[in-house]
Amino acid sequence: MPAITFDQFWSWQAAADLLPELLTAFVKVTLLVTVVGTIVAVVLGLSLALITQVTPSVIARPVRWVMDVIRMTPLIVQLVFASFLVPVDWNLLWVGTVVIGVHYSTYMAESFIAGIGSVDRGQWEASRALSLPQARTWRAIVLPQAMRATLPSLGNWTISMFKDTPYLFAISVLEMVTVAQQAGNNTFRYNEAFTIAGLIFLVASLVTALAVRRLEKALVY
Amino acid sequence: MTENLEALRDALPRLGEGVSITLQLTLGGALVAFLVSVVFGLLSISPAAPLRWLSTIVVEFFRGTSLVVQLFWLYYVMPLFGVSMDAVLTGVIALGLNYGAYGAEVVRGSINAVDKGQWEGATALNMSRVTRMRRIIWPQAWVLMLSGYNNLLVMLIKGTAVALFIGLQDLGYQIDELRIDTTTIFAYSIGLLLYYLIALVFSFGLRVLEKRARRRLGLPAGSAHASAGAAL
Repeated sequence: MPAITFDQFWSWQAAADLLPELLTAFVKVTLLVTVVGTIVAVVLGLSLALITQVTPSVIARPVRWVMDVIRMTPLIVQLVFASFLVPVDWNLLWVGTVVIGVHYSTYMAESFIAGIGSVDRGQWEASRALSLPQARTWRAIVLPQAMRATLPSLGNWTISMFKDTPYLFAISVLEMVTVAQQAGNNTFRYNEAFTIAGLIFLVASLVTALAVRRLEKALVY
Repeated sequence: MTENLEALRDALPRLGEGVSITLQLTLGGALVAFLVSVVFGLLSISPAAPLRWLSTIVVEFFRGTSLVVQLFWLYYVMPLFGVSMDAVLTGVIALGLNYGAYGAEVVRGSINAVDKGQWEGATALNMSRVTRMRRIIWPQAWVLMLSGYNNLLVMLIKGTAVALFIGLQDLGYQIDELRIDTTTIFAYSIGLLLYYLIALVFSFGLRVLEKRARRRLGLPAGSAHASAGAAL
């Protein structure tokens, strides 16, 4: 093993040069994908959860199966698949964002289903006794309580999604890790590039995790 | 359709090689992840505070930085230290450390979920700490752990597709090759189904283990405690 000096290993100059570029990519791609992807995942996830709960099993079962296949197969492969399916002039950043959103919607749907299941049976029975219509029971009684039980796990899926954004590398979207890799290719300073990218992820996920924990506390009955 | 099937037949040996790489990554990664999760899970409940801090730092570090970043770091930065690893080994270590860190939380949560009376009972019987863990707590925690590990193992199998980024010819790569001779939809449907089957088989295996563990404790076979590790 050749001896390696600290100067060869780490250059503050190179790190300082890379930082603005990586931060820009982080804000412009990673954050954007996470926010839009989360919106897609929550809306679709809730719809999927409701479909599996209220429709007859002829519809609910195939939907459940498709959800399982999406949930249990690699996001990277799904991204590449989708990138081949869409017309060539489509912006792959948006295609990737939607695919990530759809992938995580299957996870969020499972969380919603669990949350709906955790609502006490008495709540259903009482709504029935008050002869509330079905739609109103869901909207005004069940979903608000289910949401409360579901929100923390939605937060965790968002953190998880955020850490999966580098998969966009597979369809050559210029997100932070791709930028880091290219910078490494040009300057051979892989070490600084990946270390900074990793630290940015670490700081951002710790901050989000803290926020989720506070949300969890605020939601306790 | 017939052309698709013929192309698929010709591609079978290569698909087999791809599945083999994916399985190597899965099994190797799962083994490393298991060891990492047990070591850091146990450290996180150690009575010595510095050991607990060490565990928290390591676990949060590997959970907090993305798998892809860790993989690239191992792949591109380790050679600077004169350590060049085979790509499969790099993948195994990255997967093992990343999912092992998540697993440590499963181990910690499962051990903490064992009823307090069990700890007190074992202490009252004057068992040593090691005996108490080995004979009383661990077997009960193990049942809870297995359902958490089940989720993680499926995540790990999906994670093996990052092999693409370090030039490994895994299942994902071979699907992409198959696409050249067939329609895109055909190639990827086959590929996703293969991944799905692999995940189902492993998931089934863990459920069998879980059932066995429950039987050994004299618990009814059904009703899993899905709570431990369900929240990643």
